[in-house]
Amino acid sequence: MINFQYTRASNVADAVRQIAANPTAKFIAGGTNLVDLMKMDVERPSRLIDISQLPLKTVDETADGGLRIGALVPNSDLAYHPLIEQRYPLLASAILAGASAQLRNMASTGGNLLQRTRCAYFYDTATPCNKRQPGSGCSAIEGLNRGHAILGTSEACIATHPSDMCVALAALDAKVHVTGPSGDRAIAMSDFHRLPGTTPQLDTNLNPNEMVTAVELPPRGFATNYTYLKIRDRLSYAFALVSIAAALELEGGTIKEARLALGGVAHKPWRDVAAEAALRGQAANQAAFVHAANLLLRDARGYAHNSFKIELARRGIVRALTQAARGTPQSQSNKKVL
Amino acid sequence: MARNARVSQLSEAIPVPGKIAITLVVNGVERQLDVAPWTTLLDALRDHLDLTGTKKGCDHGQCGACTVLVDGRRINSCLALAVMKDGTHVTTIEGLEENGVLHPLQQAFIDHDAFQCGYCTSGQICSAVGLIAEGRAKSADEIRELMSGNICRCGAYPNIVAAIQQAMG
Repeated sequence: MINFQYTRASNVADAVRQIAANPTAKFIAGGTNLVDLMKMDVERPSRLIDISQLPLKTVDETADGGLRIGALVPNSDLAYHPLIEQRYPLLASAILAGASAQLRNMASTGGNLLQRTRCAYFYDTATPCNKRQPGSGCSAIEGLNRGHAILGTSEACIATHPSDMCVALAALDAKVHVTGPSGDRAIAMSDFHRLPGTTPQLDTNLNPNEMVTAVELPPRGFATNYTYLKIRDRLSYAFALVSIAAALELEGGTIKEARLALGGVAHKPWRDVAAEAALRGQAANQAAFVHAANLLLRDARGYAHNSFKIELARRGIVRALTQAARGTPQSQSNKKVL
Repeated sequence: MARNARVSQLSEAIPVPGKIAITLVVNGVERQLDVAPWTTLLDALRDHLDLTGTKKGCDHGQCGACTVLVDGRRINSCLALAVMKDGTHVTTIEGLEENGVLHPLQQAFIDHDAFQCGYCTSGQICSAVGLIAEGRAKSADEIRELMSGNICRCGAYPNIVAAIQQAMG
């Protein structure tokens, strides 16, 4: 880890002022990803601006019946928050599917959004990586790419976004509130992260010097028919090979509203509105679920070691939609997939 | 806000980052120390305070050997910067016994032979203290899931779960 200076931000405006004054400074909140990346020499900030004490730690009800989650609410507090458990159990389940209890106690909501890929080449400074060093090449495309993306990839990068929480936030149509030198704005969750294209060094559409202040959930919580199904190499504490957030609103046996987002398959949480539209108005049965899965995966492309993910995702989507329709969400402690 | 005053002095352009004075209440005892900004809580405990019961395993938040309790919550001390924990209460494995009597979890780990080499044990026990305080785990499945951040390469997992169940009563 390189030497760096450390300051604390006294309020949000001060934080923005401090980051704008120093192009090589970074914010730190929970630090679970940033400190690790600094130990690996992947991140080399000249200064850390500690925002962990700022008053962004509450979950508040919004006027329209949704919730506003402060950017510094720890992942564990969010997963166990009574309003999240009752009204947005998909989000609670996704958070509990990720990391470990200790990491969830440290990691913040905003930091979860901004965590970086776990591509091994991104972490290994001895190898080329366009995300770490633009223009140096992608080692994963011809390398060990078993965990890599199958959707929305580019010649420059096939990394995945590692978050579970963000997959649920995408399915729930959350909004990310940010502030910066030009003021406040809100970004739809599906527009917050981006595809790699020719600039994989950019994970998100945040402008320089902007800071995440909150995540807002709309009123619709899908608390009856939902599941977060995460498939990985071991039963706990591993990143997803494929994960599926599925949420339905049913009227009789008919799908009134559907949400479908995948993790572990792309540079961003992969929500597909076309697959959701194809489910709407259909009977909630195997044929409709298979059709939606095929639609979502229409442009999927495998590489040398990860083509299995396409079929895994197809079957996972069908299983997740079945769990959601039955009202039997995947348990995050008993890992039998029913 | 004495702690902010100390830090803002440092934030004046200083070419070489200096050490920062912090106060930690470690196992009930107030300790004052000067740490560089990049000193992790784990290194502060082991190298500055000679509390070597907390172990450095992977140093990347993947193994859980460094687990301690900060203000009662279990965290990976290898990923926490000591300066960011200024003013907190830290409990390590050394602080669990009371008046020479082992903590019920320490006793349970002995009763169930819940270790072989012992390197992960202080992290396992501190993590289990946090787990019990959280009150979320009831079944063996739930204990396994919520202890998954603590790796035991000797594979003592069945005995670790049994020990935690004993301590949970």
